[in-house]
Amino acid sequence: MSQQSHEHVIDVCELVAHYGPRPILHGVSLGVRDGEIFVIMGGSGSGKSTLLRHMMGLEVPSAGSVRVLGKDLTTMTREESFELRRKMGVAFQSGALFSSMTVGENIMLPLEELAELDRTTMEIMMRMKLELVGLAGFEDLMPAELSGGMAKRAAMARAIIMDPKILFCDEPSAGLDPAVSSALDDLILKLRQALHMTIVVVTHELESAFKIADRIAVLDDGRLLAVDVPDAIRHSPIEPIQNLIHRRPEDPTVDPNAYLERLTGEAQP
Amino acid sequence: MAERVAAAGPERVLADGRAWLERLGRSVVGGLEELGLAGWLLAQSVFFLGAGRARRQPVRLAAIVAEMKQIGIAALPISTLLSATIGLMLALQGIDTLETFGAQAQVVIGVAFSVTREFAPLITGILVAGRSGSSLAARIATMTINQEVDALRVMGVDPVRFLVVPSLVAALVMVPALTLWSALVAQLAAGLWVQSALGIDLSVYVQQTFEILAVSDLLHGLGKSVIFAVSIVLIAVVNGSSVRGGAEGVGRRTTRTVVHCISAILITDMLFVWVATRG
Repeated sequence: MSQQSHEHVIDVCELVAHYGPRPILHGVSLGVRDGEIFVIMGGSGSGKSTLLRHMMGLEVPSAGSVRVLGKDLTTMTREESFELRRKMGVAFQSGALFSSMTVGENIMLPLEELAELDRTTMEIMMRMKLELVGLAGFEDLMPAELSGGMAKRAAMARAIIMDPKILFCDEPSAGLDPAVSSALDDLILKLRQALHMTIVVVTHELESAFKIADRIAVLDDGRLLAVDVPDAIRHSPIEPIQNLIHRRPEDPTVDPNAYLERLTGEAQP
Repeated sequence: MAERVAAAGPERVLADGRAWLERLGRSVVGGLEELGLAGWLLAQSVFFLGAGRARRQPVRLAAIVAEMKQIGIAALPISTLLSATIGLMLALQGIDTLETFGAQAQVVIGVAFSVTREFAPLITGILVAGRSGSSLAARIATMTINQEVDALRVMGVDPVRFLVVPSLVAALVMVPALTLWSALVAQLAAGLWVQSALGIDLSVYVQQTFEILAVSDLLHGLGKSVIFAVSIVLIAVVNGSSVRGGAEGVGRRTTRTVVHCISAILITDMLFVWVATRG
């Protein structure tokens, strides 16, 4: 099982975020423990991806703070930022592989840019990571030649090439069929086991969240509803959480057929 | 006007006016923001060139060489063709115009000055804007949309150092080099035409050209090309990085880059000439 401690590697404190004038996060506070798989769950537009982007330091908060490995992302110097980012890896929803490079070149890029290693060592490390994610022998393919699941595996291989302390995964199983999605969940569990890293996953796939998470944070409309272990979340008395788990619309009085009729002007069958 | 106001109602006209002013204000603020971003990118590029290695963010020579090939070497055939065309066109036009005064032989002076000071940097700038500026904008826009730029930032690779500096350095070397090449080709093409049309030997034409031109004329053309190089790269990066939307957004930004680059080249050229001819 997990090798987590109670020491926080990420501390989010009263985080407020806006996109333009639109508020996205309303004072979110949570902590991610060292070595755990922390899943951020919520419906579309709940603010989970925005929260992840703030944890990765890609956005500047309107208010509040985010501390990663003890460093405040909003106040740290450029050098501290470069150093901290070497300890972070990210696998984006789209994979975000560089389309002009082969899979192998993509995975070696952080080594080439940030580490002083010879080519042979980098290639050995690249092949090791490819093997770890189940893509051994695919290093010469271009990203466009990979399937969705393979592209996500390649993105994970690139994210872990520097052996980061924290791995961020944005919707790792989105758009994949159940078998591939389940295999990616297994891969996340395997990576934690093999590399002892903290993994933060954003997902709206309930099955995936309950399978991999040590703890789950549930967001709704930019507000944090709960942070707890999967069983406690599953049996939470909070209504929006149960609505999310049972895929119920938030307002049961809304009749979808009447809504469509209003939009299209035609009676719905 | 009074009829329009009466028909639409003064409130409507006032609202239209306010909306127009708002749009104008937004455009001005947007333009200033883009100008600020361009300045920031230039400062960052200088920073990484000077202090990148010490901060473990070195600018890779291999990336600069790759960009130099793309901006310079790959543009040689089209640059040669266009420059030869310009040289021929100037010789043809010059001879035809000067014939009025019976001074066809003076075409050497016109071609020498106009090619070295104006046409070589202009045609090179426009060519690089169309080829490399659009390509850089499209690349950065696509990378932004595909979150590749975000991926670089998270993995600790500064996007300015990785994407902008190699292009900027390569353009700073290759645009003046292409300008020099363009001037040589255009002069040669004009010389060949003058030889066949007026019977002035090519060696005499070349000798006269060297006698007419001063180092300052060459520096005038090369100075412009340096400004064009910086403008093209910064405009491409600013446009590419502020992309919104998908493939359509990339297309819009690419077109906008070419239009902005060519406008900037022509306006800068005019200002440069104005300043240079003051002294």
